[in-house]
Amino acid sequence: MIKINSLSKAFKKQEVIKNLTIDFNAGEKIALIGQNGAGKTTLIRCILGQYNYEGHLEIMGMNPRKERRNILQNVGFVPQTPPPLKMTVDELLNFFVNLTNTPKEEFISLTHSLGLIIEENINKPFFKLSGGMKQKLLIALALGRQPKILLLDEPSANLDPQAREILFDHLQNFRKDSLMILSSHRMNEIKTLVNRVVEMDLGIVAVDKTVITETKN
Amino acid sequence: MNSGFKEILALDIRQNLRSKWFWAYSLVFGGFVAVMFAMGITESQIIGFVGLSRLMVTFMQVCMVILPIYVLISTVRSVVGDRESNVMEYILSLPVSFTGYFWGKFTSKFIVVYVPVFLALLGATLWGTITNIDVPWDLFALYSGLLAAMIFCFLGISMFISSYAHSQDLAVSSAFVLWLLLVAFLDLILMGVMLKFRVNPELIIGLGMLNPLQVFRTAVLVLFDPKLTVMGAASYYILDTVSRWAFIIFAIVYPVILGFVFGFIGNRHFNKSDIV
Repeated sequence: MIKINSLSKAFKKQEVIKNLTIDFNAGEKIALIGQNGAGKTTLIRCILGQYNYEGHLEIMGMNPRKERRNILQNVGFVPQTPPPLKMTVDELLNFFVNLTNTPKEEFISLTHSLGLIIEENINKPFFKLSGGMKQKLLIALALGRQPKILLLDEPSANLDPQAREILFDHLQNFRKDSLMILSSHRMNEIKTLVNRVVEMDLGIVAVDKTVITETKN
Repeated sequence: MNSGFKEILALDIRQNLRSKWFWAYSLVFGGFVAVMFAMGITESQIIGFVGLSRLMVTFMQVCMVILPIYVLISTVRSVVGDRESNVMEYILSLPVSFTGYFWGKFTSKFIVVYVPVFLALLGATLWGTITNIDVPWDLFALYSGLLAAMIFCFLGISMFISSYAHSQDLAVSSAFVLWLLLVAFLDLILMGVMLKFRVNPELIIGLGMLNPLQVFRTAVLVLFDPKLTVMGAASYYILDTVSRWAFIIFAIVYPVILGFVFGFIGNRHFNKSDIV
């Protein structure tokens, strides 16, 4: 689903991703781990078509810079830090509905299942929500689209333990033919969720191993 | 496929309508027209300007002072600000094209800046009609066009700076320096330069015609000052060389082209660079 061959990305003279070659396939749930500055977020941004790069990167057979919109129709994304969006919650929901052709109810029912009664905050600007509320809404917006590729950059950082548990349940049961890449510092927390671990260190893949998922209960 | 232009446009307009800045700005221009009526400015006369024409000329002089810097400062942060705050990373993780995003923002800013000043001008003419003051419709049409052209021009420049700047501080400083430079190259400074150094008139005309602020100022007065008494040196030379109607067409077309060229280059850079 994602083919990466000799991918390099540098900012000025600092090379953040170094000649990376790796494939990510449909059905895989990947933990992308590594310390700060390892290149995880840069890799995610390359996949989202937000960075220029050297080398070859192909997503569902398409180039993420040249066919960005076609690719992004199939990608759900949760950023590391919720952006300070000035739009209201309702505007944000409608924005997603219009761009992704997903019924609004899909998003709303997902927020409910994450413990967020979004109707109570529907006219509030997004940036005025609490950190946990923002994160739950962003997760609902990413999952509600039922994307083929799910990119989650530290999605549980602002969640309380209960919401974290519910999120992991959702991810566990997410469509089986999708590719999920979960960037996280907390390997312990996500080890039951993933079937492959990719550890990055200073822009290269230090560890890449398939793991047998320990199912809960 | 939907480029996201309409969605970004609608979203940005709604956000602007909620901002206090927008309402303060609208109130300044609407209030200005109301105050001028209340003070009886339409009944006074200065250098041939009387009635609603007097009010409109004064209104346009105020626009020349406020609008360019307002457009520059309020818009120059839009791209670089979204980039710095990670709003862009999120919005552009959706199927929105870079071009749709850029021109959606551009168009929404144009609408929210132009509509209040246009409505103030329209309100003045309607009030003139109701109170039986002669309405100079030709002037109304010219000034509506000139305002649109000037706003479009400065928006293009502003979005250009915003897409190239690496930080909001740099963007705002660049916009301010540019504005100072354009103000410095208005009539007064040119006059001083001319007197002191006996500069070639063609150079004065060239500089005056390149400066969108000077073009706007000259065009605002062009129908009213046949003897060129209130104009500065650059305007005098320009209108001595070019016919009035040719200049009016130029004053509307040139800023629009300038704004479009800057917008186009800004968008091209935005499309080709790292967006976060």
